[in-house]
Amino acid sequence: MSKKIGDVILDVKNISLRFGGVKALTDISFNVKEHEIRAIIGPNGAGKSSMLNCINGVYTPSEGSITFRGKTFSHMNSRQVAEMGVARTFQNLALFKGMSVIDNIMTGRNLKIRSNLFMQALRIGPAEKEEIRHREHVEHIIDFLEIQAFRKTPVGQLPYGLQKRVDLGRALAMEPQVLLLDEPMAGMNVEEKQDMCRFVLDVNDEFGTTIVLIEHDMGVVMDISDRVVVLDYGKKIGDGTPEEVRSNEDVISAYLGTSH
Amino acid sequence: MLTTFPRLLLKHATERATAPAMREKEYGIWQTHTWADMAALVEQVACGLHQAGLRRGEHMIIVGANRPRLYATMLAAQSLGAIPVPLYQDAVAAECVFPINNAEVRFALVEDQEQVDKMLEIRDRCPQLSNIFFDDPRGLRNYMEEGLAGLDELIGAGAAFSKEHPDFFKGEIDKVQAADVAAMFFTSGTTGNPKGVVHTHGTLIDRAQAGAEFDKLTGDEEVLAYLPPAWIGQNIFSYAQWLVCGYVVNCPESAATVTIDLKEIGPTYYFAPPRVFEGLLTSVMIRMEDAGALKRKMFHAFMDVAKRVGPARMDGKSIGFGNALMYWLGNLLVYGPLRNNLGMSRVRVAYTAGEAIGPDLFSFYRSIGINLKQLYGSTETAVFVCLQPDHEARADTVGVPCRGVEIKVADNGEILVKSPGLLREYYKNPEATAEVLTADGWYHTSDAGFLDAHGHLKIIDRVKDVGRIKGGANDGAMFAPKYVENKLKFFPQIKEVVAYGDQREKVCVMINIDFDAVGNWAERQNLPYAGYTDLAQKPEVYQLIKECVEKVNADLSIDALLAGSQVSRFLVLHKELDADDGELTRTNKVRRGFIAEKYLPLVDALYGGKTEQYIETVVKFEDGRTGSVSATLKISDAKTFAPVKAAA
Repeated sequence: MSKKIGDVILDVKNISLRFGGVKALTDISFNVKEHEIRAIIGPNGAGKSSMLNCINGVYTPSEGSITFRGKTFSHMNSRQVAEMGVARTFQNLALFKGMSVIDNIMTGRNLKIRSNLFMQALRIGPAEKEEIRHREHVEHIIDFLEIQAFRKTPVGQLPYGLQKRVDLGRALAMEPQVLLLDEPMAGMNVEEKQDMCRFVLDVNDEFGTTIVLIEHDMGVVMDISDRVVVLDYGKKIGDGTPEEVRSNEDVISAYLGTSH
Repeated sequence: MLTTFPRLLLKHATERATAPAMREKEYGIWQTHTWADMAALVEQVACGLHQAGLRRGEHMIIVGANRPRLYATMLAAQSLGAIPVPLYQDAVAAECVFPINNAEVRFALVEDQEQVDKMLEIRDRCPQLSNIFFDDPRGLRNYMEEGLAGLDELIGAGAAFSKEHPDFFKGEIDKVQAADVAAMFFTSGTTGNPKGVVHTHGTLIDRAQAGAEFDKLTGDEEVLAYLPPAWIGQNIFSYAQWLVCGYVVNCPESAATVTIDLKEIGPTYYFAPPRVFEGLLTSVMIRMEDAGALKRKMFHAFMDVAKRVGPARMDGKSIGFGNALMYWLGNLLVYGPLRNNLGMSRVRVAYTAGEAIGPDLFSFYRSIGINLKQLYGSTETAVFVCLQPDHEARADTVGVPCRGVEIKVADNGEILVKSPGLLREYYKNPEATAEVLTADGWYHTSDAGFLDAHGHLKIIDRVKDVGRIKGGANDGAMFAPKYVENKLKFFPQIKEVVAYGDQREKVCVMINIDFDAVGNWAERQNLPYAGYTDLAQKPEVYQLIKECVEKVNADLSIDALLAGSQVSRFLVLHKELDADDGELTRTNKVRRGFIAEKYLPLVDALYGGKTEQYIETVVKFEDGRTGSVSATLKISDAKTFAPVKAAA
């Protein structure tokens, strides 16, 4: 099994992020290559989610720049990032609990829908045809994630592992080039984790989507990622293949602690 | 009329080209394949397989769930005079080795990545397996193994070939005769290697027709195909009878959506083993317990009416005006909505077979107006031997012989069958064939039973399992293990039972509780438990099971023949018996001998009079890993009753 890893698609340069006096990120640089699975790991409070939020446009970094597909920017809003083809899932599942699985995933198509609210409400013009097209896309995702049995179930009634899958489905609905996953396996049992791993690998494999993921489960990270960045107290302490990172002294001490 | 499956396909494709043949739910919508679509697809697959080198008389395995393209491939193989061999899709890789090597299989069509992985895993043990095709390419993009190709590519190549040779397909079909082998089914067998049951086009089509005539099936039936196609029952219902009658077979979206799909399709002809009916009933009952007080009251009141008059009504007897009125009201308020909820509003004929069905379960479905019936048959007889006529369905018999069938009871109580649907042979196993198929044309079913006064067949047990109690109070009494096991299994709290008693002085049983039913019961009793093993060993659960055992004993004591089979001691097992651990066959029958060996300390403890016993068991998980469970099991005594002698 071999997959083709392309050129650098996302380049993060000297990013620093400060909240008042607190330095969340200090001078972080790393890159992500096309079609690869890139993991960001680190102890609690290391700045992993902040890093993702910078890429995602939720936070504006105090210093540094992000280059996506050759375009460099120092700050932009999350809508612009989404329009450029970057989607994400959330650590705490920001799903619409009262809406069905289909409707939740359909919201991921929002940016792709061209007809306006008025046309959609009255089903006039191209609105209906467009909806059918988008629904078809959503059905492919449902099939892909094997959640056919829950199509019409309100998301709030689903077990946590399935909600995570719906969250992934909504991100996939954007047809992203880069997918940011914020702890996709947190709170899952072994079987659910295995399923999720398979889906992440399948997304990467089938659609060629580049994946950046934050994860705590070391087994998962070492198994599925191509390269790993390690953060600790907002600083980058390691970067490389899982094997390289595993044998990195700084990483070992960050995780296991050292005597000073 | 003598015909073959490919010819039947062409007949439908010419006579009713635009009528639906199969539907498959995909992307949330039922996609229809007409008979013309089906014939075109089969032609392309057949041409592709021919080009890939599939030869006349050669076996090809098909592994997967019910998918139109898998059924089309069976037809394509048959069109070329090759023999499709469906294998169980949930079998572990090692179980596929024997059939593949036994039938010298070079070609395989499998459903998806899971099955491809299995085939690749055993490839070094099956060196002749050269061509593996897959239906669903998902996850297989980067598989570079030699001989692995998508069905899409095969169809593409076949389409090009058939354009160049437009007469090839029909020419090949003309060469296939009714007496040619049509398919081979491997029977799981409780001991030894599986045996390949060889059936011809003639045998399968004859039985499919006999069954269709018996229930007056038409081309308008709707069937939901959801059981493994490797099981002859599913194969008859969604393949042989599909082609004979020309009805519509619907393939569910996935195993998880079957109940949803069932409601959407509303089949008119339905088939399920007893455990499916039991599962449905359990889920209804559990949901009913959670309903509001008024609904619950109404449900129980009308179910009492149904219980009282429903079965008689289904048998076509008069139930009187008052009862008819109550039943009509009940139908409006309870039975109708319930049938709808079960997806059985349109069911005209429903069958159950494979195991004995509990009398309460059986009459529940009949009482709410579902025409549930039993049939008797096996892989070797191409299913249809005995069927119950519409107004003569009983829980303890399996019906009257259908067209073409002769039945005889041998001196040892074994049922012998003569029918045009008997197997030709066991593949490459003349000894086994000679054992069951005697020169005078009788097939030995190895079931013990008799024809009752109304000409209905009644099955007691397997001939070889019927034993004798030796020593003790009931010395020499008849012991029918399955009869005892089934009586216990009819309780919803009990999922599986293994009974011992042959050549021993008393009967002892090991019991598996039904986790759903007992778990639910425990929650209602405010009984905390930490999982299956913990729940199984609760004293309260033992008391519950003990009551069931004693009820069965009371029941058995009335039966002059089987009073000696009453259960003296029992225990509740700490793990569920599982086919993956070899304890059940793939069709979920208990392997009594294997279990006795595996749990020898437990059997010894049962007969040795101990009150508890420690046991450690290795379990195999679905992905092939192993682990172990251990527990100290309690052993309990049960009250037995003095046999009630019929008043002389």
